[in-house]
Amino acid sequence: MAEELPDPDSAPYWEGIAAGELRYQRCAACDAAIFYPRSICPTCGTPEPAWHVSAGDGVVHACSIIHRAPPAHKDEAPYVVALVDLTEGFRMMSRIVDCDPDSVAVGQNVSVVYREDSDGTPAPYFVPSP
Amino acid sequence: MSLNKACAIAGVAESRLGVVPDSTVMTLQAEAMVAALAEAGLEKSDVDAVFSSGNWGRLPQLQVCEYLGIQPSYSDNTSVGGASFEFHLGHAAAAIQAELCKVAVILYGSTQRSRRERRIFEAHTDLGYQYEAPYGLPIPVGAYALAASRHMSQYGTTPEQLAELAVSTRSWAQLNPKAYRREPLTVDEVLASDMIASPLRRLDCCLVTDGGGCVVVVSPEIAKTLPKAPVWLLGQGESHSHAQISEMPDLTVTPAAQSGKRAFAMAGVTHSDLDVVEIYDSFTITVLLTLESLGFCKLGESGTFVSGGRTAPGGEFPLNTMGGGLSYCHPGQYGIFLLIEAVRQLRGECGDRQVANATLALASGTGGVLSSNSTVILGLE
Repeated sequence: MAEELPDPDSAPYWEGIAAGELRYQRCAACDAAIFYPRSICPTCGTPEPAWHVSAGDGVVHACSIIHRAPPAHKDEAPYVVALVDLTEGFRMMSRIVDCDPDSVAVGQNVSVVYREDSDGTPAPYFVPSP
Repeated sequence: MSLNKACAIAGVAESRLGVVPDSTVMTLQAEAMVAALAEAGLEKSDVDAVFSSGNWGRLPQLQVCEYLGIQPSYSDNTSVGGASFEFHLGHAAAAIQAELCKVAVILYGSTQRSRRERRIFEAHTDLGYQYEAPYGLPIPVGAYALAASRHMSQYGTTPEQLAELAVSTRSWAQLNPKAYRREPLTVDEVLASDMIASPLRRLDCCLVTDGGGCVVVVSPEIAKTLPKAPVWLLGQGESHSHAQISEMPDLTVTPAAQSGKRAFAMAGVTHSDLDVVEIYDSFTITVLLTLESLGFCKLGESGTFVSGGRTAPGGEFPLNTMGGGLSYCHPGQYGIFLLIEAVRQLRGECGDRQVANATLALASGTGGVLSSNSTVILGLE
């Protein structure tokens, strides 16, 4: 993780990840699920959305097998980057791991796991689920 | 209020394009500006407004104006990726209409091919990007690949349909002496090119070239006194919906849906009135999504729309007639070249690639990761 992180918006999220919790926010006024974390609801503008914990279950909304990776990830290719729609109603980027990259498809059910990234910081990843 | 005929384009020019090692971003912008002003019959001293977008400097607007020796009374560095220049044209029209300026130059230059100045997509890991950074999505191609993945899954769009767009665009480039890639291309060759980020292959991706451009925008009163027939701004719209791909509201609908609607309404024309269309082709999928969002076809039907050589020379829908970012040039922020080609088509200056009797053109720029769009409609008197 970059030196300037976590920041005041993201600290509860990264603390959650370190504790094995996928945290997200929900607006108390309009009930919108919010990701990434913010100090204001991007739907209705109400400040200070409340923190919640996701069950970590979702569906692959879109995915790409990365063959030509950025320099920092060259040794990891090919890998699957996906946008995952969580059951609670928010979308996040992650990787789908522990599977054949070619087997991952839009609509695939996935669930969260926690792995350390290249600099030792835990981050949420997803694995296929029934 | 409307920007319909609030301004006209009086001059356009490219700098040298392709690989231009003996240049800087400044020399390329200077080169383009000198040529565009000469074409317009104007002097540098006539310029009272500057619009530019660059990713190469700390304060690029100040740097380029300093280099060129212009102290503008109206200055706009709106920088929303490759679409910036269509935004600039709308902003220039508004400023001219408000009588804040009379002669504006829109400028761009990049030496990203020769000098590897690709700072625009340097890995950002802070703020919103911290939630994407761990996963190694190559930007921009990976983001466009995700959109393509979604479009294929949702609508059955195929790699062959994307490839066909690349092939049609290459056919136009073969008619343009300035195009970087002019050798023939087949669908099979596109489908055999290296996979970069599935489903996008090497030949679904735009070029990486050097190049610069300039568009001279003037008030209606001045336009009528100049040597070239004015090309009028008839309509313009702009919008942006997100900065990073995980925040895109719908991966298959771009901000062109919003900007296009305003541009058409302002121009008072419909899709079938257009003679020539220039749509930002950072990737093949960019064009398909933009065609749908602009309403040229229904959502999900762009794959079929571009099939059968429809957008190739001789087809019924002349698209990216200079060869596009895919085959003509793509120096990072390519949107200024859409304006340049649209103007030349309307003036009938395009030689072998000229669309017969073109009087109405649309140019639609897309920037970021399908993030920003501005669409302009241009016409003759």
